[in-house]
Amino acid sequence: MSPTLLDTSPVFADPTDGLAILEEKSVAESYGIPLAVLLELTHRCPLQCGYCSNPIEMERAGNELSTEEWKKVLTELAEIGVLQVHFSGGEPTVRKDLAELIQHATDLGLYSNLITSAVLLTREKLAALADAGLCHIQISFQGNEPELANRIAGFKGHSKKLEAAGWARELGLPLTVNAVMHRQNLHQLPGMIDMAVALDADRIEVANVQYYGWALKNRAALMPTIAQIDDTTRIVEEASERLRGILDIDYVVPDYYADRPKKCMGGWGRQFFNITPAGKVLPCHAAETITELDFESVRSNHSIAWIWQNSDAFNRYRGTGWMPEPCQSCAFKELDFGGCRCQAFALTGSAGNTDPACSLSPRHHEIFRTAEAESATGTNRYIYRNFAGGTLEPEQQEV
Amino acid sequence: MTAVTAPAARRRLIVAEDSVPTLARGTRLRYDEARQRWVLLVPERVMAPDEIAVEILQLCDGRRSVADIIDHLAAAYAAPRDEIGTDVIAMLQDLAGSGFVVEARKATP
Repeated sequence: MSPTLLDTSPVFADPTDGLAILEEKSVAESYGIPLAVLLELTHRCPLQCGYCSNPIEMERAGNELSTEEWKKVLTELAEIGVLQVHFSGGEPTVRKDLAELIQHATDLGLYSNLITSAVLLTREKLAALADAGLCHIQISFQGNEPELANRIAGFKGHSKKLEAAGWARELGLPLTVNAVMHRQNLHQLPGMIDMAVALDADRIEVANVQYYGWALKNRAALMPTIAQIDDTTRIVEEASERLRGILDIDYVVPDYYADRPKKCMGGWGRQFFNITPAGKVLPCHAAETITELDFESVRSNHSIAWIWQNSDAFNRYRGTGWMPEPCQSCAFKELDFGGCRCQAFALTGSAGNTDPACSLSPRHHEIFRTAEAESATGTNRYIYRNFAGGTLEPEQQEV
Repeated sequence: MTAVTAPAARRRLIVAEDSVPTLARGTRLRYDEARQRWVLLVPERVMAPDEIAVEILQLCDGRRSVADIIDHLAAAYAAPRDEIGTDVIAMLQDLAGSGFVVEARKATP
């Protein structure tokens, strides 16, 4: 009989590609029913991390979708066949209606995940979210030692995060520690893995910073050295083996030093999408950086289903037809779908070019050298994320 | 917050015939109307269990032991118990290794 479980993961390439394509009709169209949606409820956040993937131009509170608008969005998503929603931001817990939105998702049968810094939570607030049906919580950590972690966040929140992680476990919520890694905290990775075990987390996501939005602006202060990446790979492999059955470790490798591009978002407009605080529907959370694209809003006359199926932004880079050489004749084109369009735009000026993360890109060596140079000589001072367009960290804080 | 202490002997379920498995909180099995199939929802992932996997997962009700589940399936499919047992335990162990299936007696805090 041999039961099988076909697995689909938003982060890692999966050759079987799971549920991405389920309708025969959509095989030809290269997309199916979307699996999961990232809901950026707000751009407001007490943290000021320089690696934030939010755009530099952030939405003000006044432009955010209302409770009723978000509920309508959730209802439409469930109708389309979306299975999982990730409540994110900014910091999603600044929204006073979060429990109400989670409850609505639960009532619709949606699997809800909260991606949070946890610094605004109280035990009561978290209990209310759990009662509303929250299925999983991801808490970000900037390091495993308060001084560095608080400096990276531009906010004294580390001890609160530890406390909130404890509440999550007491409430029986599955817990993922999100460890965003870069040059200035990679030395704490072993400590962060130990911390995740001590917090009784189910998973740790070891995610090297990806350079969009604020992170691109802070690239010189974040880019790891090649030696650090080699160490990281070794640390992750060793810990994955040692902690089998205790802690799952997901590892997101850094683009600039990769040979092959990541299968970004599982392929453009293929399995996932993102809704911004003001209701724009994006193929990925960084897509607004591609200034040559226009994005439809849930506040328009179009349904989300229409936007997913018909909007120019979603169809522009779907499938493989748009690809230039060397992608077009590449054997891997249906495995990585050409990597990341935002990165191609940020680094080459055109989103239709080959992702320079790919070693076959004519620009790959240039990107690699840039990374190497920035990792060696880049400043350690962050430009803290804020609504004023960023504030340079004072010099005396440099360590 | 008190200092981070050593892990509370966190060990995931080693599936044996006397285990009483149940789906962990944060693991949801549901029928998906849009795709006309069963799906298993876990953090950050969606799994697509086949017909037999669905049947096994539905039998993980927190009351039946693994032995009960194997007996049930061996009878239902008129198949050798050994063979079924190996498959059932392998599948449940796979899920237990990621914490998606837990021992029912220890399931809730």
